Amino acid sequence: MLRKLNKKWFMIIPAILIATAVLLAGCTAGTDNARPSATSTVPGLTGAIDITGSNTVTPLSTIWAEAFMKANPGVNISVSGPGSGAGIAALINGTTDICQSSRVIKSTEIDQAKAKGVNPYEIKIAGDALAVVVNPSNPVNELTIAQLSAIYTNQITNWKEVGGNDAPIVVLSRDTNSGTHVFFKEHVVQMDGLPTKNTKLEYGNKVLFLPSTEGGVTETARNVNAIFYPGLAYVNPTVKVLAIKKTADSPGVKASVEASLNGTYAVSRPLLFYTNGAPTGIIKAFIDYCLSAEGQKKVTEVGYVPLSK
Amino acid sequence: MAKEQVTITSTVAVATRESLRRRRRFGERFIEGWIFSNGLLAIIVLLGIIFVLLREGIPAFFYTPPWEFFFGTKWYPVSEPPTFGVAPFFISTLWVTLVSTVISVPVGIGCAAYLAEVAPDKVRETVKPVVEILAGFPSVVMGFIGMTLLSPLVQTAFNLNVGLSGLTAGIMLAFMSLPIIVSVSEDALRAVPEEFRQASYALGATRWETIAHVSIPSALSGIAAAVMLGVGRAIGETMTVLMVAGGALAVPYSPTQPMTPMTSAIASGIGNAVRGGLQYQALFAIGLVLFVMTLAVNLIADRVLERQKRKFER
Repeated sequence: MLRKLNKKWFMIIPAILIATAVLLAGCTAGTDNARPSATSTVPGLTGAIDITGSNTVTPLSTIWAEAFMKANPGVNISVSGPGSGAGIAALINGTTDICQSSRVIKSTEIDQAKAKGVNPYEIKIAGDALAVVVNPSNPVNELTIAQLSAIYTNQITNWKEVGGNDAPIVVLSRDTNSGTHVFFKEHVVQMDGLPTKNTKLEYGNKVLFLPSTEGGVTETARNVNAIFYPGLAYVNPTVKVLAIKKTADSPGVKASVEASLNGTYAVSRPLLFYTNGAPTGIIKAFIDYCLSAEGQKKVTEVGYVPLSK
Repeated sequence: MAKEQVTITSTVAVATRESLRRRRRFGERFIEGWIFSNGLLAIIVLLGIIFVLLREGIPAFFYTPPWEFFFGTKWYPVSEPPTFGVAPFFISTLWVTLVSTVISVPVGIGCAAYLAEVAPDKVRETVKPVVEILAGFPSVVMGFIGMTLLSPLVQTAFNLNVGLSGLTAGIMLAFMSLPIIVSVSEDALRAVPEEFRQASYALGATRWETIAHVSIPSALSGIAAAVMLGVGRAIGETMTVLMVAGGALAVPYSPTQPMTPMTSAIASGIGNAVRGGLQYQALFAIGLVLFVMTLAVNLIADRVLERQKRKFER
């Protein structure tokens, strides 16, 4: 019995060793073969680009990446969208080539980057407008920035205070990973650019922080009392876009590409790429493509605002 | 002649036995060393994790004093200056775990008792694997189900403003820890010797009395282990609570409010945190608190088990 066991062990161990050796050999052989064939069949650009950051920029970067990879099969671009803050953190930690962001990098982040030898280089790639959406059955059609600020700081908690039904407001927001969170806080909650600006204001503690923009839109479509602020590209017919008034007597403007381009819509923002130093090589080639007329045409297709001219 | 032959065979036997022993000794020593180093590795990894948690988490208390960190109710990590108070997360975790335990433990033990004591073999053989398959569902799928199917139900059933709440998350977590509780307690109940039940029936006890007074108490250590595993899963589960619990920062005074348990606070913040930054340290400190919590749960469970065992020895 023992002898049998022993024999089995002595057979199993070499078998495992051989199997691993074969596997390893297979792996190395695979990579050896892949490299020359890639360079030989495709003259031109090769390499990989990592893009991470804003959830908002992700649909745009993905379309650009797909088109660019189609034109240059030797290039492999991966795009992920955990949030602008996460992207900037990745840039500072040196784990990404391009950081896509829906907000401008903070001075503290630049200091942290410099301390790690990273030099953030900013490229404006498109514009975006944050739409304020509610459930289609909500009778409210427009809000002022001050009212929005009061809603998001939980000072206004019932829809009837802004001309709606007698129902509590379910306030939805993105979580702190999102550039949208910070942009909306500065420009709407803290009313940046208005005489009532107050940088002490913070999101109220009854605000629901959601991990994705899609989740917020879905919840707004389902919940009659919800309010949310998705980027323009995430707006779909299941939710109603509110007109935003800068002050009580200015005209209400709904979020749209045109309104953002002509500057009449208050809650719009730039979408940015950050690289470590000015881009070179394939990263430069990719960004040049994004900024080209063809690349900017894709911006309109996705539903964002192309760079003017 | 005969004598000689005997000695020859015996020396041969000794020789083969000797070589066998040597071979066995080598193999045994190899396996022993392998197992020993594996055991050591587990300890090294555990100590390493504790060390990293302490190194990254402790500095958070230099910026926010422990008192403010644990009892502070304001969490604004991306503001200038940032504030870190984890009381809302801590209480949310307690609520979610409580809801999950209250649902999953009675249902789970009941289901296990049925499978082990009442169900005919055929039923058990089909139901148990099915229950175990439930355990294999990815947590993101459970989160999705909670978001799309359960949260509207909870919203209408409890007349809430939002379906995304600690209650919804707790119910989802109960579903997730049920398979573990059912499977482990069923094993424990089946391990109770048949003689115990026979003796109980012989004394005229009904089936219910046998289950309640003989089978379950005898299997209590196994059932307690099952409950601990279930609670552990509920405390540590991240993706589902991140998607379903709602994510509000207020200190929840009722499980029907939207809330942010500790795991989802870490998950929704860590991507944004710069390595070594204030938020990063604060998140590690939350991780440290989470670790201490699970450790405490395990220690308490150990104590309870020990006391229970002693009671039965008497």
